[in-house]
Amino acid sequence: MSTYALTDSWTMTRRELAHWARQPVRVVVGLVFPVMLLLMFGYLIGGGRGVEGEYVDYLVPGMLALTMAFGLEGTMIAVTQDLDKGVIDRFRSLPMANGAVLVGRSVADMLQSTVGLGVLVGVGFALGWRPDGGPGAFVGALGLLLFFRFAMLWIGIFLALVAGKPEMVQAVQILVWPVGFLSNALAAPASMPDWLGTVVEWNPMSRTATAVRDLFGGLGTDHVWAAVAWPLALLAVFFPLAVRRFAALSK
Amino acid sequence: MTQAAITVDGARKKYGEKQALAGLDLTVARGTVHGVLGPNGAGKTTLVRILSTLLRPDAGRIEVAGHDVVRQAYAVRLRIGLLGQHAALDEELGGRQNLEMFGRLHHLGARRARARADELLERFALTDTGRKAVRHYSGGMRRRLDLAASLITEPEVLFLDEPTTGLDPRGRAEVWASVRSLVGGGTTVLLTTQYLEEADQLADRVSVVDAGRVVADGTPEELKKATGGDRIDVVLRDAGQLGAAVALLPVDRSGVSVDPDRRLLSAPVTDRMAALSGVVRALEEAGIEAEDVALRRPTLDEVFLHLTQEAA
Repeated sequence: MSTYALTDSWTMTRRELAHWARQPVRVVVGLVFPVMLLLMFGYLIGGGRGVEGEYVDYLVPGMLALTMAFGLEGTMIAVTQDLDKGVIDRFRSLPMANGAVLVGRSVADMLQSTVGLGVLVGVGFALGWRPDGGPGAFVGALGLLLFFRFAMLWIGIFLALVAGKPEMVQAVQILVWPVGFLSNALAAPASMPDWLGTVVEWNPMSRTATAVRDLFGGLGTDHVWAAVAWPLALLAVFFPLAVRRFAALSK
Repeated sequence: MTQAAITVDGARKKYGEKQALAGLDLTVARGTVHGVLGPNGAGKTTLVRILSTLLRPDAGRIEVAGHDVVRQAYAVRLRIGLLGQHAALDEELGGRQNLEMFGRLHHLGARRARARADELLERFALTDTGRKAVRHYSGGMRRRLDLAASLITEPEVLFLDEPTTGLDPRGRAEVWASVRSLVGGGTTVLLTTQYLEEADQLADRVSVVDAGRVVADGTPEELKKATGGDRIDVVLRDAGQLGAAVALLPVDRSGVSVDPDRRLLSAPVTDRMAALSGVVRALEEAGIEAEDVALRRPTLDEVFLHLTQEAA
């Protein structure tokens, strides 16, 4: 049974890749949206409250973290649609490895986020952003971002399995915005009222954004532990919850 | 291994307060088509979900193709096909892509999965639309593809949960033809339906289910006989003459029902043609005007009401 775990997970990943090939416009829109946000905050709305130095050096890492957080939505929509269509029932009635459905989802979403990071980094470069922490720190920063995305992914799967209905996705889509913006992605917490600054500092997304800024800026690794610990803690809670919830479909 | 393809012994399942299955028993012989007939909420879908390992029963011993659905779920999954009430397909992908994917998930390997997909597309007349995304398919095409997907490995036991609900007459005929062609191959089919006609067309035996229990089973003929067989319906011009008509018609008076609102009287008959000509002649002689006289089979409602009243 477990000998097929890899084959089945790959088949499920291929399914997602085939979706991309069928819907190239949707993929492109998904990639362009964060770029649009980056340009909007960089040139229209932003200015970076309380940010010292070049705003682009502050904004680009923040937008990278924000994009990873928004990935939760995409994961949740995809899982909810599958549940709604009944295709998960067919998967579950097949002699395939347990969990291959979830693994395929994870691999595909991580691939998509990696491409998304690549595009945003490219646009950042075009805007004049120059990370100067060296290649090791650069790769490390991307690793932290993807690790954060991985935690968001399992929260997304869990929420989809709990909510189950497309209507609930809308609620989460709306909630993701205040949670995303209650962070230091766009503005420095020092510029906010004390209580708000504290909330923002504790947002796991802020931890990742801060650590990534330091790594890109060559400012050391003091904040890396928090950018590892928070996603790890979220995974420790939501990964088992999601897996249990998936198994509970048979109850 | 027993001779039966499906054995259900005292299956129980409760959702919160609602008792979906209340000790259901069922045996289906290999290579036969078994109909499970009942209204909405009778427990048909719950039964199919338990038999196809999607749902765990609260209690009961349930075997499919010689394996326990709870303890040997994997072995059961190797041997079954499932056509659920809603198309279980990837709507974004094409028909061929769907079949290939399910073939790979059955571990056929890439080449055999591809060949099998082509075979099934051909067999279900879907070759021309194999590349089109499933969400552009008509209801009948989608159902055929769904059926093809449940036949990837030529299953020993095939579950069809209300396979024609929501289809137009043409789609229904297509699905019926497909099911008939399967049975020759030795596949055991368990079919749930709300339509007596469907059970009649396809099933060797029928179990009538109500409130999570089997209230009767037998061949379709036996069930219909149990409810009094065929009926004759007479619609009169004047509802006031219904009483007079009942008194003089040459039918079995104990089984007559009268509906004044519709000016209708309905009676069981044994010899169809004799009853028809007898009724027409009697009405003519008595000068009672009729708008309509028709012979018909009992409806599911009548079979069902009859059987549930008997059980109560």
